[in-house]
Formats: sequence, structure tokens, C-alpha cells
Amino acid sequence: MEETKKIYWKGIEELTNDAEFVKYAEKEFPHYLPIKDSYGDNESAEPTRRDFLKLMGFSVAAVSLAACEAPVKKAIPWLNKPESVDPSISNYYASTFLDGSDYCSVVVKARDGRPIFIEGNTFSNVTKGGISATATASIMSLYDIEKAKAPSKGGKETDWATIDKEITDQLSQIAQAGGQIRIVSNTIMSPSTQGVINEFIAKYPTTKHVSYDQVSAHGILQANAQQFGKAIIPSYHFDKAETIVTFSADFLGTWISPVEYAKQFNATRKIGKDKKTMSRLYAFESIMSITGATADYRTPIKPSQEGLAVAKLYNLIAQKAGKATVQVSDVKVPYLESAADKLWSTKGKSLVVSNSNDVNVQLMVNAINEMLESYGSTIDTAVPSFQKRGNDAEMVAFVKEVESGAVQAVIFLNANPVYDYPMGNSLEAALKGKKVQLTVGISDRLNETTSLCSYHAPDSHFLESWNDAEPKKGHFSLGQPTIARIFNTRQSQQSLLTWAGSTTDYYTFIRNFWKANLFKLQNKETEFESFWNRSLHNGVFEPVDLGGYTSVFEKSAAAGAVDINAVAAQIDSNYKAGNAMELVIYQKVAIGTGTQANNPYLHETPDPISKACWGNYISIPVSLATQLGFSQKEGKTQMGKLTVGKHTVELPVLIQPGQAKETVAVAIGFGRKDAGKVATEAGGANAYPLASMLGDAVRFANLKDVKLEKVEERVRLAQTQTHETFMGRESIIQETILAEYVKNPKAGRYEPMIATYKGKERPTDISIWDIRGDGYGKKSGELTDYEKTLWENRKEALGVSSGAADIHVYANHHWGMAIDLNSCTGCSACVVACHIENNVPIVGKKEIINRREMHWIRIDRYYSSDGAPKDYDALEIASENPEVVFQPMMCQHCNNAPCETVCPVAATTHSSEGLNQMTYNRCVGTKYCANNCPYKVRRFNWFKYHQNNEFDYHMNNDLGRMVLNPDVTVRSRGVMEKCSLCVQRIQSGKLKARSEQRRPVDGEINTACASACPSDAIVFGDLNDPSSRISKLLDNEVKERAYNVLSEISTKPNVYYLTKVRNKDKAQA
Amino acid sequence: MSANYNINILFNYTMMLRFKFSSLMALVVWCALAFSVPTFAQDGGGDGGAADSAPAAASGAAGLSADQAIIDQGKGLFDANCKQCHAVHEKIVGPALAKVHERRTVPWLINFIKYPQRVIESGDAYAVALYKEYQQYMPNHDFLKDDEVKAILSWVQAETIKGPATAAAPTVGGGDAVAATGMGGSSNSGLLTAIIAGLAFLLIITLAVLALMAATLSKYLKKEANLSEEDRELLNQRIDWAGIFKSQAFIGITAFVFVALVLKATVEGLITIGVQQGYAPTQPIPFSHKLHAGQYEIDCKYCHTGVEKGKSANIPSANICMNCHNAIKTTSPIIQKIYEHIEKDEPIQWVRVHNLPDLAYFNHQQHVKVAGLDCENCHGNIKEMEVVQQASLLTMGWCIDCHRKTEVNTKDNAYYDNLVQLHAKSSKSPMKVEDIGGLECAKCHY
Repeated sequence: MEETKKIYWKGIEELTNDAEFVKYAEKEFPHYLPIKDSYGDNESAEPTRRDFLKLMGFSVAAVSLAACEAPVKKAIPWLNKPESVDPSISNYYASTFLDGSDYCSVVVKARDGRPIFIEGNTFSNVTKGGISATATASIMSLYDIEKAKAPSKGGKETDWATIDKEITDQLSQIAQAGGQIRIVSNTIMSPSTQGVINEFIAKYPTTKHVSYDQVSAHGILQANAQQFGKAIIPSYHFDKAETIVTFSADFLGTWISPVEYAKQFNATRKIGKDKKTMSRLYAFESIMSITGATADYRTPIKPSQEGLAVAKLYNLIAQKAGKATVQVSDVKVPYLESAADKLWSTKGKSLVVSNSNDVNVQLMVNAINEMLESYGSTIDTAVPSFQKRGNDAEMVAFVKEVESGAVQAVIFLNANPVYDYPMGNSLEAALKGKKVQLTVGISDRLNETTSLCSYHAPDSHFLESWNDAEPKKGHFSLGQPTIARIFNTRQSQQSLLTWAGSTTDYYTFIRNFWKANLFKLQNKETEFESFWNRSLHNGVFEPVDLGGYTSVFEKSAAAGAVDINAVAAQIDSNYKAGNAMELVIYQKVAIGTGTQANNPYLHETPDPISKACWGNYISIPVSLATQLGFSQKEGKTQMGKLTVGKHTVELPVLIQPGQAKETVAVAIGFGRKDAGKVATEAGGANAYPLASMLGDAVRFANLKDVKLEKVEERVRLAQTQTHETFMGRESIIQETILAEYVKNPKAGRYEPMIATYKGKERPTDISIWDIRGDGYGKKSGELTDYEKTLWENRKEALGVSSGAADIHVYANHHWGMAIDLNSCTGCSACVVACHIENNVPIVGKKEIINRREMHWIRIDRYYSSDGAPKDYDALEIASENPEVVFQPMMCQHCNNAPCETVCPVAATTHSSEGLNQMTYNRCVGTKYCANNCPYKVRRFNWFKYHQNNEFDYHMNNDLGRMVLNPDVTVRSRGVMEKCSLCVQRIQSGKLKARSEQRRPVDGEINTACASACPSDAIVFGDLNDPSSRISKLLDNEVKERAYNVLSEISTKPNVYYLTKVRNKDKAQA
Repeated sequence: MSANYNINILFNYTMMLRFKFSSLMALVVWCALAFSVPTFAQDGGGDGGAADSAPAAASGAAGLSADQAIIDQGKGLFDANCKQCHAVHEKIVGPALAKVHERRTVPWLINFIKYPQRVIESGDAYAVALYKEYQQYMPNHDFLKDDEVKAILSWVQAETIKGPATAAAPTVGGGDAVAATGMGGSSNSGLLTAIIAGLAFLLIITLAVLALMAATLSKYLKKEANLSEEDRELLNQRIDWAGIFKSQAFIGITAFVFVALVLKATVEGLITIGVQQGYAPTQPIPFSHKLHAGQYEIDCKYCHTGVEKGKSANIPSANICMNCHNAIKTTSPIIQKIYEHIEKDEPIQWVRVHNLPDLAYFNHQQHVKVAGLDCENCHGNIKEMEVVQQASLLTMGWCIDCHRKTEVNTKDNAYYDNLVQLHAKSSKSPMKVEDIGGLECAKCHY
């Protein structure tokens, strides 16, 4: 019999004896599992078991060694401690934030001699305690390690004495020879600085001061000069207006004085039990701005239609006023008639504003406002604003002079025209061609302009300097240093004084100015010293009676009669509505004009509308995207090549719902070459050169030769939100219109119900626990002992009356927050404030693309689109002109928190004050909590973001780390974090009260986000304190507008939202 | 690593032995002192009596009281406001105050004490002379009421009468009283040791007696001839030590005990990682708390100015040292070191003794001002420390333990009113820190 041998095989590979199979046959696993991190160091050498043991052994030894030998720490006290400064106790100093035309009266929190936080100053009647994202973030620019550290000559560091002597010698030489000297600056808002410049001019009489603004208000200034004989911007009173019409003026975000206007505007938008009226805002704009997003009626218009739309509005109002209309070509602008009707009906309480730099458009706007009797009510020309005084015509002349070699010396006083002036290229060429004998740059770093200068005199940060400001006539504010100079810098005014041969220091100069000019405007203080101290303490001085005071900034111009028909004729010839593609250049709320381009906080703050951060992009409307074949999904998009005249930029394309058809938009402030590493990482392209000129004025639009081409290159935008709608979940955003609200305060509220055997019940009323305290429907006599011990004792312990429905009653404090969606404008000041207060790390562009941003508070932006209610695909496609709702979202501090129950190590727990506490030192990073959080507000530290070269932002250098809040732990890799409702502020507020043997007063404890909010949308306080603002607000609103997000899952958050109410006649179809 | 721990354990044992030794010594010293302490106390009492009778003889200064209550009030005020610069019989920063009520009138003194600079600037001859001598202004004390100044002066008057020698006596007495109570605390464990030692001694004696008896009995039995084989074998039997050592049971038990001991040592060692109890680094300037806080009874808050104001108690700045040391011990080489730092404008770099990890937030104001705790609660008997050392564990368990045991200081504090009422409703035991959320994570970790 033949011997048979059975073959057993595990698989086909073995049967066929595949070569690949033989190679790995001996090994248990075909491939080694990599141990090394995937962050760039995945080298080819495969680690062996021995490596693992070695590593183990080493790490155990290292850990134990580190633990055994405690490092010797030094405690270094003052040598001579000042009386007012105590370690670990914060001092607060009023100061003034000034950056070009940005102004904010601020209070600086200084801890152990270093400023760590900036809040708004409530004493100021201009900003009224509000603050912008740029002002809050400016603290980071103080600790920017890439600033110039010493004066330099031709790029080489030198000392002050050398450059002072050389500059003074050359200036005198030039002045004696009759050579022309120019000082180029942005708007000077400080009367003392103006005084210094005047002194300089007195010393060198051939000097001329040229001031320009990156985003100028030349049109308004010229129009008012022509009409009133004063080149001024009037004070606008949005708080007195019942109807507001804006033509592209983003007054809530970037236009002239956004913090002031946001405060005023939102005063008219607050509604409640006792006030059921609100102003109405019509916005006609090309891009989707936050003002447009807040508007009740918004119409996208092309830049070429702007003049015609204003003229049409003039005609509509003129008809009602019985005046002659003007001859202009007609244009179809939806809601313009409605706006005219409403404006006329609230005559005397109406306001029309425009950001146009076309003097004719502004004259037309003035004429409309005159017909509406706005002057004297909503517009005050007697108290002009000095925040934008740049003269575009002077700047044009200056560039020509430099090019022709007519100027011998130029001092760039904190101005960077090579970067931020449309004709910067010509200026750059002229400077490089040595057309000017002496060039001196004063700026915080060697930027695009000052690096071309022969001398650089580094300026100190505003927190290292003395200064004053007069943002509006008769509204003065003082800026004081809160830290000693970090580098060998000198404030610009001091430099100018020195070069002018003055021996006065600038501090004395300001004091002298105040003594001579402002002291007499009041009679409260008889001694100058006490007047000075009071002003310094308050940060502001706002005399009631100005008497015959004239500001140094007031200049009269020749007024002429305005012929409205001539104006209309001009408009008619300048604006031709066509189908050509047009370019809009705009300013973002965070990065602004780009002066703080190296500030990581501002790059990490997403644009409120597009939600994109770190860099700019070409924004196009949906229709144009379809036409040109662009698509964008989940941040993935294509590059676009934008050609405007001679200029070409290549940027990612972002499809922006609500943008006017046939327009492309690019933001300014990006593409800085010499600002530093952060600006370089952000990238983007400089949009200033793309602007066009309208006569002498810079126009932030370009109507000619605009071409957009697709580049076949896929890129990813760093966007923090890619879903555009809430997908029909009505419990997230609840919205109504004013007409409905007046009828029923609960209008727009969505109250989910759950069907039970008893009928429909609120989800919060259903529980496996006896939350009603009625013994599960039994009579109280039927309670089992177990039920009694659990619930009855708890009620008794907390002093709750029988039958209270809420099991979550807190004995001491009950912290809560209410966010009024009606007030939130999306300005993002809260995002930056939270970042700085809580040491939230910056993660950078790459990690945002990986969706690992760390924001504790984010502002969700939802479009309400015109898709069918249940058609989810259509809902995701945003429409041509959607409505927008902003929703600040942070940890909701749920009473029934889903995160708490899933943490295996009890690192997140509930406090007896209603807070959901996160304990970093206990967290092991399972991320279960984040997975179980319905609000997606928990943030995981994927990396160690401090002292890590991969994240080379402020936390990677000693200077940058000075901004960290010493009361908040810096988290390390592998732990979860989230909003704590600023528990460090709560703790310190309670301690202050206890040490003074009293209860905390409402308002004394406030979160960083609430304190920063310029529109008072966020109210924080103790729900257990019946006199607190939040208790009073919610007592009523809980029955009307207040709701919890996703209330159907019965998480019972301590954060409430108030419904969004738009002032519309009827809901949009 | 384990070598370190063994050393640690050895060290611990040595310390324990020392401690036992010292507690025995303490017992002895305590017994010796038991009679002497009351003697000092009586001395103090005697002085009081003398002071009572004295003013009748020397009541020259009008308006000054001899009432003991007022004198006591005066002493309190003096200690709080004047003591840093003045003594009664000794010139410190300012003049010695003995007989000051005889040198100037009481209204003049009140005016001067409240507004020294004003009086000096007014050209008062005596005040100007004082200023010339001491070259500095005394700070204004306008917050004191006239009666309070009189109380201080009354105390000064009483002290003047008492004279310098007796004034020092209570200090010595007080110091010893502290030592005595400390020793009283350790005498319990001393007694226990003594009992155990006695018992052990008894046991050894018993064993020795038993062994002696057995030996004698065996010796006697061996002489007996008429013993059976079995009995003889039993008598000559030797213990098989080798067998016992090699037995499984013995090896098993020994191995178990050894492993258990090693494990225990390891666990105990691991728990102490990062715990720096007893850490007493050498400081750049050998500042003695025993001298300043102990002997001279300078209030802790005089130097640690932040302790009632904020998170940090504040390491005193050199100008606080200079308040006294610009006049006292100016030639001492140690004090010269402070002058050097001031001249060079370099702050003194002290070595930090108490190090909490960054993740834990601790605030002195809460514990000292609000809770009213004494510094000694956590910092140990600082008044006895020549070199400051970390007296407490400073571990989380140690914090929690105290929060569990400690009652909340709710007296006169409106913050707690409602909480106290609520607590009283549900519980008869006093309100502890843990009852108002003192064990919650975000009270210390954020």
C-alpha cells in the first residue's frame, strides 16, 4: 500500500509556499508595531525588544532620579519692595491702547510687575468698558521676542547716543540747506504727540507731517470739509437711532470705532419684559461682514452699485420729503424701498452710514441724513471723532515727491507704507534707489519699510510708554506704562523730542500739556497734582463743559455750496452696474490692518463668518464657484490665481455664502514679509497693492481687469467649523422675529416633548430618580425608607421646600451664564480674552487643519439656508443670501453632565457650586468625556504645547511665557481641558468677599469672556443671589426667551441662551 | 535607587532611636523641671503685685492709669505698633521709652506719637533734637485714639517702675513653658517604651531562670543510673538545628517575611517620592527664626507681609530687614552680607523650603486671614527652628485630612451665615471644611 502523507496548511500562502509567506513564517506578527511617535520621527530602524527594555529601564531610572533629587528652587524677594506691589497680588492700571486708528481705553492687570491681561475701562464714555480682540491680544505684542532689541544703523545694532547724534546732525544740515523733511505716520490721536511733532516742525521748519490711514475715511473727511468747512468725522449715535442703514460700513467689526458703536448699537437691541422695541438695521454690502450678519435685512450689492444705491435711496427719501430727485441710472436693490420707508417713518431717529471713500457718495449720504434730520440727533458734528484723520491726497503727493527726489529726509513714525499703502511698491523702489538722503524708521521691529531705512529707532510698546489720546473731542485718555522697558527701546515721542533738540522727557511734556490745556476744563480739583492723579487713576478725563475748548486736531477748511445734482452726475458717471468681476478688499476683525501680524492669538482667532484662521484667501460667492468650477468641502479647496491689473496673487479659494455675485474678496493684513515667524507661518498674500485709486483717495475695491483662474492644486484651509447649518436641530438655535415676539414672548422657542404613558412630558421631567419629590407619584406616606434617606434628607440638607422640581440645588453659590444671541455680533473679543486668561495654547495652522484647535470658547456661526426643512443635503448648501446667527459655545456646565459619568478616574466632577470641574493632574487622557459631550466643547492636549520647538509660539520662549496667568495651570500633553467658567476668578472673588466678611457683590466676579464682550451679550453671576443681574434676567426669561441647547437630552446646563430676535415685518421665505 | 531607600530606612531607624532616646531624656528633664516652672510663674505674679502698688508712689504723669486692664491693653497696642522700633529700657531703632512720661507731658506725647513729622517740622526743640539724633521720622500713628496712646504710656510707666531686669523674666518663663508642654506630649510614648523594656527584662530573667533550672535538672538526672533507655535518649537529645533550617516550612516562612519586608519598604519608599518633609536647606544668610520669632517674638506678619493679603506670604525684602538692622548689630558679618546685597543692588536669593507642585493652588489669605489658622499649624514650631525646615508632609492626603477635621471659622463672617443655618438644620456636628465643598477638585486644581 502506498504510503500517504496528509498535508495540513494554514492558508493558501503556505500551500503555494509563497516567497512573502516564507519571509515572515517564523514571526508571530508580520510587521512590528511602531512604538515611536508619528510626529515626524518615524525612522526606518525598527525597535527591538531590547530597545523597549532599555527604554523602560532608562525611563524608570530617570523618573526615580528626578523624583529623588528635588530641584533646589530659589525664592527671590524684592530688594526694596514698593508699598503698592505685593507678590501674587494683581494691580490694575488704567491705560490707553493705541494702534494707528484703533483706540480703546483699557485697564491692565499687572501681576508681579508684568502685565498679563487687558480689560476694557468702564470709566470711558467712548468705549464704555468694551474691548476689541485686537486690543486684548495686544498684550502678546509686548512679549514678542522678535521685536527690535536695540537701535540700529544700516541693520547693525548700535546705541542711542550714536544714532541720535548722527540723525540730529543730518537733520540740521538738511534743514539749513532748505531740504525737505517729512514725518509719515498713521492717524495721530494723541494731542501731546501732535505737540511733539509741532515742536519738531518748529525746530526744522522745512518739515511736513504726512498722515495716512491703512483703511482711510478720506471720503467722509472730504465731504464734511466741503459741506461744513471742517474735515472731521462726526460722532455717530447708534444708540439714538431706530433705523440704521449701512452701505458696506462694518461698524460692528472694523469701521472707525467698532467697540464704541457695538456698545451703542446693542443698547438698542436689548429686549425683555419691559422693553419690546428694537432698532432695525439694513445692510447693503458686498462681502458678508459681521454687521451684515447681524442686520435684520441684508442685501448683497456689488461695489459698482454702491453709488447708485445711495443715490436711489436719496431719491426715495427726497420723494417723501417733497424735494427734487436727482438724475441717476436706476439699479435694482432689494429692501432699499423698505429701508427708505422705515427711515422716513423714524425721521429724526434714523442714521445712514457708508464706508465709501468716494466724496460724492459721502455727500449724498450727508444729504440723506440732512433730509432725515439726523444731524443733531444721531449725528453730532460738534463732537467730532479724531480716530481717522489720514489724508490720502497728502500721501499720494508724498510718494510722488519721494520718487522725484524732492524729499531729503523722511521719518516713518510707526508707519509701514511699503507694506500697507497701495503704492508701497513705488515707495519701496524709491527707498531702495536711495532717492532720500536720510531715512529714519520708528517702529517696534524692522518691518517692510523700516528695514529700508538708514536708521531704525525701535519704539516701545504702549504698555511700556506714557501717552495720551483724544479719540473724540473733549474725551481724553491717558496711557501709562505698566512694565519697565523690556528691550533697549525708546518711545517714538521721546525720539522725536531728542532729535528736535529738546531736553524735556515725554512724561513731563504730557503733564505740561495737560496742565496748560486740560486742567482748566474742570473745577473739581484745585491742585494740578490731584487732577493728574485722578485722571491717571480713571484713565480718562471727560469734562462736562468744554467751554471754548478747541482741539489741536480741529482744522477748518474752505466750505463750498454742495450741488447735489452735480454730485449725482458724478456718481452716475463713476458707477456703472455691469457683469464684470469686481474685487473687494476688506479688513478682518482679528488681524485688522496687519500691524500685529506676528501675534499668534490674532491668527488663531477664526474669522467670525468664514471660520478660517491663519492666512487669507480669495473669497467668492457660491454662484461664481459654480461658474468657475471651484469646490470646497470640509476645508479642502483649490488654489486660485487672482489677477488685478498688473498684480497677481495666488491664494486658496473659499466659497462664501452671502457674498455679492460676481465679486471676489481678499482680506488685508496678511502676507507680511518682515513681521516674524508667526506672520510667516500664517502666510497669505498682501492685498493692499490690489486696491485702486479714486481721485486721490484709496478705494478698497477694484472694478477693472479682475480675473480669477483655477490652479490645479488642492489645499486645505485652516477652518474651525466646516458644517454650515445645524441640520434641522431646532433646539440649538432658536430664533424669531420681533413682530412674533411682541405677540408671544415665547415665539421661536422650541420645546421638545417626549411621549410617555401619561402623555407628553418635558424631557427634563423624566428621570429614574424622584426628581419631583413626590415619591414617584406615590403619596408621601408611601415613601420607602431608602427613598426618604436619599431625597428627603437631601432636600432638608439644602433647605429646599418640599416638592421642588430640580434636584440640582446648591447651598452656597450656583454659577450660571446667560448668552443673548440677539446681542452677539461674533466680534471674537471673548475668544481672545479666554485664550489669554486661561493659558490656552496656540496650536498653529497645521494642527487647526488636523482639527485640534484648543479654543475653550468658540463662536459657532450658523446660516439659515433656504433649503427645504428635511432636505439635509440642501441644508448644507448655503444659499445666496443666508441669514446668520452667532452662538458662543463653551462648556455648558451641565447639572446632569454626560462627561462626568464616563470618566474612569473621576478627573471631571461636579462642584457644589454648579461647576463642572476638570482636574488635569488626575486626567489620564482616555477622551471618553469628549466623546460623550453633546456640545463638543472639550479639548484634548495632543501635544505638549509649551517649550516645544514644534509649536514655536510665545510658550516656547521665556519672554513669551511672561503672559501666562500664574493662577492657571499650564496643561501638558495627554490631558483634557475645557472652559472652567474662570474658576480662578470665582475663587479669588469669593476669597476677597470672605476676607472682608461679606457675601460677594454681583459683578465683582466675572468671567474673562463676559468682561470682554463689547455688546454685553454674556451675563455671568450667581443664580442663588436673588439680586444678581443673571437671577433677575433669568427669573423672567426662563419663561420666555431663555433655553438650554439640546434640552431634550436633559443635561440641564447652567448656561442659558436667549433667543435671537430679528426686527423684521415677516419671516423670510 | 534601592540603596537610597535602605539608607533612608536606616536613617529613619536612627532617627527613631534618637527620638526614643530624647523622649526618655525628655521624661527625665520634664520631671526635673516640673517643680521649677511654677517658680517662674510665681515670680511673674509677684511682679504684677508690685506694679499694682507702685503707682501710688510715682504718679507724676497726669492722665496715665494704673489700672491693670488698661496696662494690658497698652501692652497689646505696644506689641502691635511700637515694638518693632522701641523697647522700654533699650535703644533699638528709636529711643528707649523708660521714663518718657516724666520727660514730656502727656498731651505733647500724644501729639508727637500721632503726628511726629508735623511736630518736628513745627520746630519743637525737643522733637528736633530727637530727629537730629535718630536721623529719621517715626511714621504717623494717627490711627490710634488718644485713650489708646494713654494706655500705651500707662504700660510704659508700669514697665519703667518694674525696671529692666524683671521685664526680661516673663520671656524666659514663656519659652520654658513652651518647652515643657512639648515634652509633656512625648512623655506618653516614653512611658510605653519603659513598660515594654521592663517586660522584656522580666522575660529575659524568666528565660534565664528557666534555662538554669533545666540545666540543673538535666545534670541531676544524668547522675541517676536507673533510667530507661528511652528516658536516657530523651535526656541526651540535641536539637537538630540543621534540620529546622532546611525544613520547607522554615524556608517558606523566612522567604515570606523577607519578601513582605522588602515590599513594605518599597511601597513606603515610593510614597515618599517628592515628599520633602524635613527639608532644611542651607540659606545664603543664616537667618534664625528661633532668634527673631522665638526669642524676640517678632510677629510673623511683620516680615511676611503678604500672608493676610494674598496667595504668597512673601519672603521679606531687604528693606524690611533694614527697619531694624540699620541700627541693630550693624557690625555683624552676617548683617554685613545684607548691606552688600543692598549696595550691589542684587536681591538675596533664598532657597525655597516649601515647594508645592504647580498644579496645586494654595492661598495664604484664605488660611490665615479667613480661617484664622496659626502659622505653626502647617509650618511647625517655627519659633524653635534655627534653620527653617519643612515640618509638614504637604501631600494631598495631608491637606484633605485637615479639611476633613477642621471646623470652618464662621465667626462674624457674613459669608457663611446662610451655610451655617443650612448645616445646623441637617447635622448636629460642627460644620467642617469638607461640608462646604472643601474636598472638591477645583478648590485647589485649576
